[in-house]
Amino acid sequence: MTDTARLSEIVASHAEREGALLPILHDVQAEFGFIPEAALDPIATALRLSRAEVAGVIGFYHDFRRQPAGRHVLKLCRAEACQAMGGVALQALLEHALGQKIGETKDGITFEAVYCLGLCACAPAAQVDGRLVGRLDAAAVDALAEEMRA
Amino acid sequence: MRFWVPADAAAKACGADAVAAAIAAEAARRGIPVEIIRNGTRGMVWLEPLVEIEAPEGRLGFGPMTVADVPSLFAAPAKHPKALGPTEEIPFFKRQTRLTFARCGRTDPLSLSDYEAGGGLAGLRVALAKKPEEIVDDVVTSGLRGRGGAGFPTGIKWRTVQLARAPKKYIVCNADEGDSGSFADRMLMEGDPFCLIEGMAIAALATGATQGFVYIRSEYPDAIAVMRRAVEIATAAGVIGDAMLGSGHAFHIEIREGAGAYVCGEETSLLNSLEGKRGVVRAKPPLPALQGFMAAPTVVNNVLSLAAVPWIMAEGPEAYSAIGIGRSRGTIPLQIAGNVKFGGLFETGFGITLGEIVNDIAGGTASGRPVKAVQVGGPLGAYHPVSDFELAFCYECFAEQKGLVGHAGLVVHDDSADMMALARFAMEFCAVESCGKCTPCRIGAVRGVETLDRIAAGDGAALALLDDLCELMKTGSLCALGGFTPYPVQSALRHFPEEFTPVREAAE
Ligand SMILES: Cc1cc2nc3c(=O)[nH]c(=O)nc-3n(C[C@H](O)[C@H](O)[C@H](O)COP(=O)(O)O)c2cc1C
Ligand code: FES
Repeated sequence: MTDTARLSEIVASHAEREGALLPILHDVQAEFGFIPEAALDPIATALRLSRAEVAGVIGFYHDFRRQPAGRHVLKLCRAEACQAMGGVALQALLEHALGQKIGETKDGITFEAVYCLGLCACAPAAQVDGRLVGRLDAAAVDALAEEMRA
Repeated sequence: MRFWVPADAAAKACGADAVAAAIAAEAARRGIPVEIIRNGTRGMVWLEPLVEIEAPEGRLGFGPMTVADVPSLFAAPAKHPKALGPTEEIPFFKRQTRLTFARCGRTDPLSLSDYEAGGGLAGLRVALAKKPEEIVDDVVTSGLRGRGGAGFPTGIKWRTVQLARAPKKYIVCNADEGDSGSFADRMLMEGDPFCLIEGMAIAALATGATQGFVYIRSEYPDAIAVMRRAVEIATAAGVIGDAMLGSGHAFHIEIREGAGAYVCGEETSLLNSLEGKRGVVRAKPPLPALQGFMAAPTVVNNVLSLAAVPWIMAEGPEAYSAIGIGRSRGTIPLQIAGNVKFGGLFETGFGITLGEIVNDIAGGTASGRPVKAVQVGGPLGAYHPVSDFELAFCYECFAEQKGLVGHAGLVVHDDSADMMALARFAMEFCAVESCGKCTPCRIGAVRGVETLDRIAAGDGAALALLDDLCELMKTGSLCALGGFTPYPVQSALRHFPEEFTPVREAAE
């Protein structure tokens, strides 16, 4: 199936919903890894919105990407409960091990901040390519960095 | 043999899937038939993965388990180094009053027969025999207040929606749970999803709503999957759908996923997001109860508010209101997090003191160092020093101390905490998450970060500026994001002024 056909299929599958835009954007991102430029017009037309409105919604939410992410995505929790368990030091260790700052995509690795994963009683926590991990410590940093470079 | 291995996200983050696989492999190696049930969590997160074995004397707990601990489970369970004895005798568990979380961890979350055997659907059946206004009266009588943060009486909100005349009404469950230190909504959805569905169904009967939404943050993939499946099962079984439990009432539920925006937990921002718009806050009035989703009358309630209702209907509102103190009735699922020895979910009646929670229940800090401050109520909640430990857990008590109960998350910090850095983080978080609609929040938070940096750099004059800025944000912001961000900042300043002393001056 072509990308255009797949896009139409996604849009059609949600078109009848009340407030269909977020479900559509989630599915488009799940399919393509990001929201391609070419997806904006068909979505806008189907939902009778302007292209600018669709772009505005995409830009508002932290989850939606206009560019593809790296081949690995590491999300580290920066919120208070994780800070209370050494999260700030852990971030520095990870930045050093990966050779990139939080918020950067480099060499196929996207390293970004997240604010609470609901794992605050087993902090510090992170999400590694979708998998949740808790009780992180300095000893876990090397293994994580290695997994990211693979 | 029958094993229970939680599939809760916290248990999985600590290795529960690998432990479950190891149990299956070891059983196969020994040729022993086993049943492994993936339950919700008992809430004792420091013991996760907490494996249970069914024994004649009850369920026996083992934890925190690793893959290496598995083989000896089969040999001599009683002598296992991780043996905890009967799970429900563990003091942390035994001391609780588990009403909302009565089944969580006990049952197979997606088994409707387990749910009913554990008392589920009794509340909905009671509600089906009552008039809508009687259900509303019961919820008012119970004294239940919104558990999402603002503490508004749930029954009063339902009455407004019930009395509104409209062709279509909605029940929207707020499962955005963005507060750091909070995870009760997640645990309930993953561990006892039918309880939330039942609560929403009762809300629908009370108000005449026919469509429900659960708006779950995208950071909770497990909760989203469990809730989707639970709605399918409940609909197929006729609990909800075209005819709720065979009655004449239609009520459908759809699960919606957020997209990473803290502000979307604010109810009007959430409604905009559900409608497919940017999650900007709406000015109130109109109240969502009168003009909510698609401008129709809408109940917006937190997961825990809705999930408390089945128990209230089944056991009677007086039984619920008999618990608690002052105007804080019933139980509150505390979430104990951060630097604590025993972290997790602890449901108890209102009135317990902050000191009891931190010292007795949580066992003090994980690091073994003295407690310095406890942030209660999420990123918009105040930092409480040890001198506040006499404070009783109740809405008014915390408000009087310039704090808030919020969603009842507690984040404990030991004496290594840098209060100025935490105050700066509060402002930084507000700047990152502001919806941008009002200036005090959007610009104020950025100025707040800059001002704290000036103080850190030795500019003593900036302290007064910070205070002015906080007052402006409190009075001028459209919602509690900008309006309450000053709480952690000013409480840190008030209780730990020495940490905000300009370093340069101090050195001179
Ligand atoms: C910035 C902000 C974030 C909020 N986040 C949540 C949330 O994650 N979950 C929630 O139930 N309420 C949250 N609230 C409170 C809601 O606006 C609203 O009061 C609540 O959903 C009402 O339900 P309740 O009466 O059952 O508590 C938030 C409020 C603000 C200002
Ligand atoms: S604060 Fe990090 S998981 Fe909640």
